[in-house]
Amino acid sequence: MTDVVRPGGVSRRTFIKGVVAAGAVATSAGYLLRTTLIGQGGVPAGAVERLITLNVNGRDRRVDVMPQETLAMTLRYKLGLTGTKIGCDRAECGACTVLLDDVPRYSCSVLTHMARKKRITTIEGLAAADGTLHPVQQGVVEEQGFQCAFCMPGFVMAAVGFLKTHPNPTRDELAHGVSGNLCRCQDYDKILTALARGAELMRRG
Amino acid sequence: MAAIHDVMPMFTLYQPESVDDALRLLDRLGAGAWTMAGGLDSFDWLKDRTKRTAAVVELGNVAELSVIREVDGGLEIGATTTLTEVAQHPIVRERFGLLAEAAGLVASPQIRHQGTLGGNVTQDARCWYYRAGWPCYRAGGNICYADTPTAINREHAILHADRCVAVSPSDTAPALVALDASLVIRRLGGERIVAAQDYFVGPGRDITRMTVLEPGELLTAIRIPATWAGAEFYFEKVRDRQVWDFPLVNVASALKVSGGRIQSMRIAVGAVAATPVRLMAVERAVAGQPRTRETAEMAGRLAVEGAVTLAHNGYKVPLMRNLVARAIRGAGAATT
Repeated sequence: MTDVVRPGGVSRRTFIKGVVAAGAVATSAGYLLRTTLIGQGGVPAGAVERLITLNVNGRDRRVDVMPQETLAMTLRYKLGLTGTKIGCDRAECGACTVLLDDVPRYSCSVLTHMARKKRITTIEGLAAADGTLHPVQQGVVEEQGFQCAFCMPGFVMAAVGFLKTHPNPTRDELAHGVSGNLCRCQDYDKILTALARGAELMRRG
Repeated sequence: MAAIHDVMPMFTLYQPESVDDALRLLDRLGAGAWTMAGGLDSFDWLKDRTKRTAAVVELGNVAELSVIREVDGGLEIGATTTLTEVAQHPIVRERFGLLAEAAGLVASPQIRHQGTLGGNVTQDARCWYYRAGWPCYRAGGNICYADTPTAINREHAILHADRCVAVSPSDTAPALVALDASLVIRRLGGERIVAAQDYFVGPGRDITRMTVLEPGELLTAIRIPATWAGAEFYFEKVRDRQVWDFPLVNVASALKVSGGRIQSMRIAVGAVAATPVRLMAVERAVAGQPRTRETAEMAGRLAVEGAVTLAHNGYKVPLMRNLVARAIRGAGAATT
């Protein structure tokens, strides 16, 4: 994918990432403190810290996370992984789907602290280090499965997670597997064709 | 309601790693604690600012709460076992397929991977007037916005309404009632066991809550006795879309049939009242009867006796009547 370069020479994507990085530096100092305690008597078992380590796309990332922060917010606005989209922010559309320990989950409805001990995989973590696309991504490219594609990262992550446990699905089974994702362009038929193509490419290896 | 805010208002988060630590926290925080399992009910309230909390006790790290084990021929399912795990567990599928089927029909795949059995039965009412923050009876006010001449109340109750007309939105709750399950509730230094149908609270008893859980208490497990293992089960959920949606009506039944006659049955219906409704009159009426279309239709008519409809939910009466009849005739006869 290429970024649209705006006047001034900075693409929108690069600009957002720069802002995100600057914010992380400015806010990460001084939050090693425990969160507020209710009552007296020291730190109760189970109290959480704000500066935590997340395993994202195979890398450990230190990040300052508020207790009420959702994983979608942390990924997009703290770690700059803007491939994960926020659609409804209510577990009703699937655009924010990521994998936690290989299982598709709505990142808008997971507290980041809930993901602390899990492997987080986002759309940015699917391609190989040399840039080779994941078979499901390749299927999407070959079949041109999406119109506006806002929902695409969520669909691709849901499909990748589903195919890990159901490598050889029928079209109906695949549709059921990605039924937790909505497409407002109503492009479902082409999306299924693209994802089925991805499944086929995965089976070929 | 659907506006996107900046995450949620601040709360203190606790992530205990044992039931004992969780109970100590709940005891210490009392009514100020918000217990969170999958979080899918909680996040709506907190993001919309219709309910607030100063402290959340999140149970995802309590490994002992998500264990399924066999007990006396039955099963004990930890309260934070996910709906996917319940739906796919080999023993649940083999002996208590009713529950596996109900769990597999909840919401969407992603929600089933995260939502828990305990959360599915403990979730709050989904009446949109209540969820949107209107000051209704259930929210402590003195009016029901869903039961006014211009209200939109297609999803609301036809049975046992008392001022509030919200319904129980759970799919697994009727299945657990039909399986004669009991729920294990612990508090610091104590435990009580509650029959599934007694876990739920209707508005006539307490209009501001859905379950008997008190502050400081934690639902730790669901026990299913061997009584109905391998019985003939029927579960059906009717909803607008085949994914995400809560039931318009659902039905769960367990039958023991011998020589074409119904020996015994347990049956419960969801989304028609504020609690799952066990149809004891139907259970008594069909015991010993031949399993025929006539018996099924008699049971259906009996099931909806006393139903009171609102402006837009009249369809629920024939829907419930037919689902009860189908539950008695079984999957083989369901389409005729």
